[in-house]
Amino acid sequence: MGNTIAEKILADHAMLDSVIPGQIVTVPVDIAMANELSAALSIKELYSWGINTVYAPDKICLIPDHFTPNKDLNAAGISKIVREFAKKHNIKWYFEVGRAGIEHAVLPLEGVILPGQILIGGDSHTCTAGAINCFATGVGSTDIAAAWATGEVWLKVPHSARLSYNGKLNPHVYGKDLILHTLKDLTTSGATYMSLEYHGDVFDQLPMSDRFTMANMAIEAGGKTGIFDFDQKTKELVESTPGFKNEKPSYKTFAADDDAEYAIVREYDVSKIEPQIAKPFSPDNVCPVSEIKNIKIDQVVIGACTNGWLDDLVRAADIFKGRKVHPDVKAVIIPGSQTIARKAFDMGLPQVFVDAGCVFSTSTCGPCIGGHMGVLGESEVCVSTTNRNFKGRMGHLTSEVYLANPAVAAASAVMGRIGSPVDL
Amino acid sequence: MILKGKTYRAGENVNTDVILPGRWCHLTDGAELARHCMEDYDADFLKKIKRGDIIVADDNFGCGSSREVAPLSIKSAGIGAVVAKSFARIFFRNSINIGLPIFESPECVNASKAGDELEIDVFGGKIKNITRKKEFSFVPFPPFMQTIIEKGGLKGWVMERLKD
Ligand code: SF4
Repeated sequence: MGNTIAEKILADHAMLDSVIPGQIVTVPVDIAMANELSAALSIKELYSWGINTVYAPDKICLIPDHFTPNKDLNAAGISKIVREFAKKHNIKWYFEVGRAGIEHAVLPLEGVILPGQILIGGDSHTCTAGAINCFATGVGSTDIAAAWATGEVWLKVPHSARLSYNGKLNPHVYGKDLILHTLKDLTTSGATYMSLEYHGDVFDQLPMSDRFTMANMAIEAGGKTGIFDFDQKTKELVESTPGFKNEKPSYKTFAADDDAEYAIVREYDVSKIEPQIAKPFSPDNVCPVSEIKNIKIDQVVIGACTNGWLDDLVRAADIFKGRKVHPDVKAVIIPGSQTIARKAFDMGLPQVFVDAGCVFSTSTCGPCIGGHMGVLGESEVCVSTTNRNFKGRMGHLTSEVYLANPAVAAASAVMGRIGSPVDL
Repeated sequence: MILKGKTYRAGENVNTDVILPGRWCHLTDGAELARHCMEDYDADFLKKIKRGDIIVADDNFGCGSSREVAPLSIKSAGIGAVVAKSFARIFFRNSINIGLPIFESPECVNASKAGDELEIDVFGGKIKNITRKKEFSFVPFPPFMQTIIEKGGLKGWVMERLKD
């Protein structure tokens, strides 16, 4: 019997010939990452265990991103704890505000994580990095503290789901629409504990950004990780990162066997998929955008670890070019990382956003978690490119969030109501 | 290990955003976290529960964000255990790691109402609903996880690895 990508990476790290779903393995961790929120708790735990050293400072990554640039005194307090910890223990991969961005964009784009590696992160969307053919999964702060102390983590080998996407894409349909469509099909618990393996010829038509978007939302189906095959596009991205260029590290890549066993198998004909939207209050409450009529909106957010990639900003800018944000709408654009922001500046994108009447923010999680930079007030309605629309996620308990791709979000900002670029 | 308490009944897909809202995520102290436990799910939660009570929930309890402060707030609020039809995986993992006992038993969830008294035999794999005089079984944890639970969380595991 053959093996899936997740099984192969876990077996490789456990130094076993093969592993089977359900088996518990203790494996070395290549990178244990935390943001300021999860790190604060990990640091507190580590010290409370009487441990004052870390196992390997070059395998730890710390990225303050949720409430940064510090939104208030509390945020400043925990960011300081993390900064001091990073200094004290010589943490190799500490990214300071101004050189950082959202953790899940920073990790693969700066070359912190490589194909074939195991990444654990104190954040549920750690699975995003699976787009570059690594095993990346979200854990809690105690797991992170344990990995910092021992260099290891215990993992249950997940079952895998094989999701295939083939056919010709319709206009304005991107990775976000494919994963929303998949969530409607699988539901928010349909792939609990599984590794979602994404395959299909559609990924030849789409850039890496869309793979990140889809790996990112594996957790929204309950998944443990989302993984893509390694190909020429992956190679180009990985080998162009500063981390890779500086150190030229070697890395392994993994592909599933033809006779690998899957708990779920799905084939999606993408030519039948039009732009999708997730209605409040669940990411699986999905329908085509065209079915939504006359819903006025107060705000649009384009960004987050889901859709703050360069291609996303380009797609949004294409819509905003020569148009204005509707008078009743606030539009907030947030690049995924400073590296993405720099490229956006080179392309003149911020000018387009500002000319259209948008806010162009520095990189942060901000409104995605109801932190700052666009918290929603009572009964406000928002179209957002983020990944979760639970009650109160982006602010007031009565506010409503619709999840969509950047082109749909931008078009909605211009129209003042939910709509698709074709309605412009 | 036997746990006993009254039932607090919750629904399905109770996500970590409503268990411990983002606005409190900067907290790390158990007692402070406890004050906001389940705040956006049921504003009266803390008034309704007593130390040792058991949350009984439908499918996918703890889905969403990986914030460990969610199970920590539940444990710190004095909840003795959570029984659900199923758990989201990071919540499951976090609970084991911090020593919050959790169990999957759809039968028990279907048969239990708010206020029912439950008795859980943690390693024996049995839950009794004393009020309704019914007994249910659940699959006991694999030995690896039992060790972590017996040691009160992941700390014991770490200490052992560091000794080697
Ligand atoms: S952008 Fe949103 S989903 Fe992504 S890491 Fe930040 S808070 Fe989490």
